[in-house]
Amino acid sequence: MASRIPCPHCGLRPKEEFTVKGAALQRPEAEAGAQAWHDYVYLRDNPRGAYEEYWHHTSGCRRWLVVARNTVTHEVASCRDAAEVKAVTA
Amino acid sequence: MSSYRLEKGGQIDRTVPLNFTFDGRAMRGFRGDTLASALLANGRQLVGRSFKYHRPRGVLTAGAAEPNALMTIGSGGRTEPNSRAPMQELYDGLEARSQNRWPSLDHDIGAINGLLSPFLSAGFYYKTFMWPAKFWEKLYEPVIRKAAGLGRATHEADPDAYEKCWAHCDLLVVGGGAAGLAAALTAGRTGTRVILADENATPGGFLLSETATLGGQTAAAYVANILAELGSLDNVTLMPRTTVFGWYDGQVFGAVERVQKHVASPDANQPIERLWRIAARKAVLATGSEERPLVFGGNDVPGVMMAGAMRTYLNRHAVAPGRKTAIFTTNDSGYALASDLEKAGIEVAAIIDSRRDAGFDFAGNAHVIRGGFVSNVLGRSKVEGIEIWREGQSERIAVDNLAMSGGFSPVIHLACHRGGKPRWSNEHAAFLVPDGLKDLHVAGAAAGVWGINPAMRSGCEVSVAALAELGISASPCNIPEIEGAVASLSAQPLWCIPGIRAKAFVDFQNDVHLKDLGLAVQEGYGHVELAKRYTTNGMATDQGKLSNVNAIGLLAEARRISPADVGTTTFRPFYTPVSFGALAGAAVGKHFQPVRKSPLHDWAARRGATFVEAGLWYRSSWFPLPGETHWRQSVDREVRTVRQNVGLCDVSTLGKIEICGADAAEFLNRVYCNGFLKLPVGKARYGLMLREDGFIYDDGTTSRIDENRYVMTTTTAYAAGVMNHLEFCAQAVWPELDVRLASVTDQWAQMAIAGPKARTVLQQLVDEDISNEAFPYLAAREVSLLGGRLRGRLFRISFSGELAYELAVPADCGESVADAIMLAGKVHGICAYGVEALSVLRIEKGHVTHNEINGTVVPADLGMEKMVSPTKPDFIGKHMVHREGLVDPDRLQLVGVVPIDPAHSFRTGAHILQKDAAATLENDEGYVSSSCFSPHVGSTIGLALVKRGASRHGEEVQIWNGLRNEFAMGRLVSPVFVDPRSEKLHV
Repeated sequence: MASRIPCPHCGLRPKEEFTVKGAALQRPEAEAGAQAWHDYVYLRDNPRGAYEEYWHHTSGCRRWLVVARNTVTHEVASCRDAAEVKAVTA
Repeated sequence: MSSYRLEKGGQIDRTVPLNFTFDGRAMRGFRGDTLASALLANGRQLVGRSFKYHRPRGVLTAGAAEPNALMTIGSGGRTEPNSRAPMQELYDGLEARSQNRWPSLDHDIGAINGLLSPFLSAGFYYKTFMWPAKFWEKLYEPVIRKAAGLGRATHEADPDAYEKCWAHCDLLVVGGGAAGLAAALTAGRTGTRVILADENATPGGFLLSETATLGGQTAAAYVANILAELGSLDNVTLMPRTTVFGWYDGQVFGAVERVQKHVASPDANQPIERLWRIAARKAVLATGSEERPLVFGGNDVPGVMMAGAMRTYLNRHAVAPGRKTAIFTTNDSGYALASDLEKAGIEVAAIIDSRRDAGFDFAGNAHVIRGGFVSNVLGRSKVEGIEIWREGQSERIAVDNLAMSGGFSPVIHLACHRGGKPRWSNEHAAFLVPDGLKDLHVAGAAAGVWGINPAMRSGCEVSVAALAELGISASPCNIPEIEGAVASLSAQPLWCIPGIRAKAFVDFQNDVHLKDLGLAVQEGYGHVELAKRYTTNGMATDQGKLSNVNAIGLLAEARRISPADVGTTTFRPFYTPVSFGALAGAAVGKHFQPVRKSPLHDWAARRGATFVEAGLWYRSSWFPLPGETHWRQSVDREVRTVRQNVGLCDVSTLGKIEICGADAAEFLNRVYCNGFLKLPVGKARYGLMLREDGFIYDDGTTSRIDENRYVMTTTTAYAAGVMNHLEFCAQAVWPELDVRLASVTDQWAQMAIAGPKARTVLQQLVDEDISNEAFPYLAAREVSLLGGRLRGRLFRISFSGELAYELAVPADCGESVADAIMLAGKVHGICAYGVEALSVLRIEKGHVTHNEINGTVVPADLGMEKMVSPTKPDFIGKHMVHREGLVDPDRLQLVGVVPIDPAHSFRTGAHILQKDAAATLENDEGYVSSSCFSPHVGSTIGLALVKRGASRHGEEVQIWNGLRNEFAMGRLVSPVFVDPRSEKLHV
């Protein structure tokens, strides 16, 4: 857990304002097939090091963010709006 | 006053005497005293009993590491156990009590543990109390806990307030000693934002205990001048009485400020303590060093004290340690003490220097014994003499106190809080901060830089370097001429001392002595982490501040390896104990969590409602009338009134979310499992929301108010969760959809008007025609109310199964509209009903809530498989809802249940078994999810989730509650007890 999150809309804010959802996985296409859906719904990596997660700025701008953080050092490498991440990935 | 207080000197104010009590005995100190210095001045050397052996103990240190002088301070709700006497400023009226003794400190029965000590060695719990096993919980543990211990917390409520704050700065300086002051001044003069935090009332650190002069001034005067300059700078914040207890990621430091722990009567408008989180771009660690005790026999006898602490009490508090002192040292600091003692007129019988070739040339009278050791202290509850060991010869001398100095350990705790491991330095004979620290610079003694001048230079340099990283250029502050300081603290580590006969303590607070560590090594627990747990060394509330390095040194010697290879245990926050009060902050009592009140709360209260907590909400649960003495009377009446006439229920707590945008319909179509594309304007539709894994998440109605404007209702409990979920879908999953969401739960007062006479009553308020033709079932429209005075939203939806409407009006009009409806309904026999009746009505109608939608249920389990659209290309949950296990015919399905004998009843949670099955969990076929007494049916009824329940209507079953030993025969029936064909909805 990182102490402060650099929200792209609100600046550096304390973690208590946020809610973590978990791995920032992209939702599969509707036709992706049972295996892809199973992986998306149930399987998670638990890496030591870099990790991307969805964080919700629940008590702030209420935007969903993709936080890239290090699970060992808690350093936040980047924090982007989830909509922008989706737009780039799609 | 007492003979231990010196006639003159010290930084105490002799014009302000302070009265206090210790164990009920009146004593007196002065402003500037700590509780410890005042006790010593009053000749009180025995101040506590040790944890395990109940040995007499005295003040050992003058700081945060104190392991012995722990006392209970204050009374009533302000009782605070385990306060460290050297850290407690004296105030008038302070009440202190010693701990862990009975019946009194001087005559303590528990001291018999000392005689039993052969049986209380390391690991004794595991060895001694193995058998019989059942004795552990009932006999051994309570007895051990009673005998071993610290102070007792009070059960009374804490009358004081606490608060939590954030602070931000460019440079945080932790510790205001020589290095810290220099660092803060260097940074402060650049105009950058600086915070200087120091755990004591006055920053200055050991400078305040010095007799050296700085620039011709006393050290104390010099400190006062620097503090005055820092105080005059707007960009510098001084935080005295503030312990920085942790270093966390993101450059956040945790600190606790003791705002009013030093005052006789706290100001009620100020917190007693403040918990700070300090976000500092850079920090300077200037926490100084901790003097190490020496491990010799009887090193815990009252009168044995750390040399530096003795110097503090002498120079700062003008307290003499006794009449005749000996000093046992491994380094030069002992000579500074000897010199100060002699100047104060106290005889120093001997300086025992463990170094054979110590270069220090002592000019005083004390006899210097080089290459000698104090191997034992003579005396039990006070020092009567010492036994000196030198070159195989033992010699006794009579003294009444003893100072010891085993070298200095840099205080590096904070630097290790983020996972870095300390590293051993042979040169310093100490552990230093980890390599590769980022944004934390270490200065002065904390960095192993000894002496006033070097420490100040180090503070300046480190401050300049830290600021340079921020692009700020600073010039080091000037360092004054220093005279009379002992220059070098060169130390040789000394772990094992020859000739020990008595118990030699390593960890004073946990009563771990030399032999315990030896035993740990001998029994194979020589690894530092194992030795710690086997002996409990370092596990007391002082976290081994004095004991850890000695234990490591002793383990190293026993194992014939270097301390570097023994390693250290992990440093974790908190550096010193932090009160629960500070951690809780203002979040206590009524402020623990917010209270949410419906816009109709006061209306319900006026009508005598009984309220029930539902999450943060207070919901009206029933409205007792005069003469009703049992809640069931009220609830049954409310239910009957709704079925026969009409009732009004506050449903404002349901979540309300407005959904707008060109793609709002498409969005709804994807978040619900049933179709929403074709919902016409002016209509409401029931929707089922699934999770991505196919299980039902929430349900509710969504109404199309306008072409691109919908209002969704959620259950009360899931309002926030659904909002977060929708935002996730809109932002992270389908950001390409044009959709906007707004929570409007608090903006609307919403009431259900239900019962056969609902329309008759409501038509009196609503300007438009709401006949069945004009406003049919599931109509949802904005309406004009009370002759155009108000606009509201009217929904023809029904939770009770009766003809019913929900009317939403702006929150501030809620009460008057509810009053108007009650007035209009009076002649029709209207009543207000609460959530208890609401629940009975919905169970009778077979409507589900989160009792049924409990995370294990898919639509088919509730008979709602037809709601899962087979044609929509995608929606949340589509891809998992038809998995093998979720279409298994053996799944639990919704069914109604009634007792065969209407006089019998059952409760929610009871299990359903086949008629003749034995009552075992193997035969479990499901459970009752909701139950109530149904006035309509005339008995208890229930909804249940039962294997193949939908096809078992009519079957006789057992209803078994093994927890409460309740049992009833029942019958599975349709879950709809009222109006199964839903004719009432369409009239």
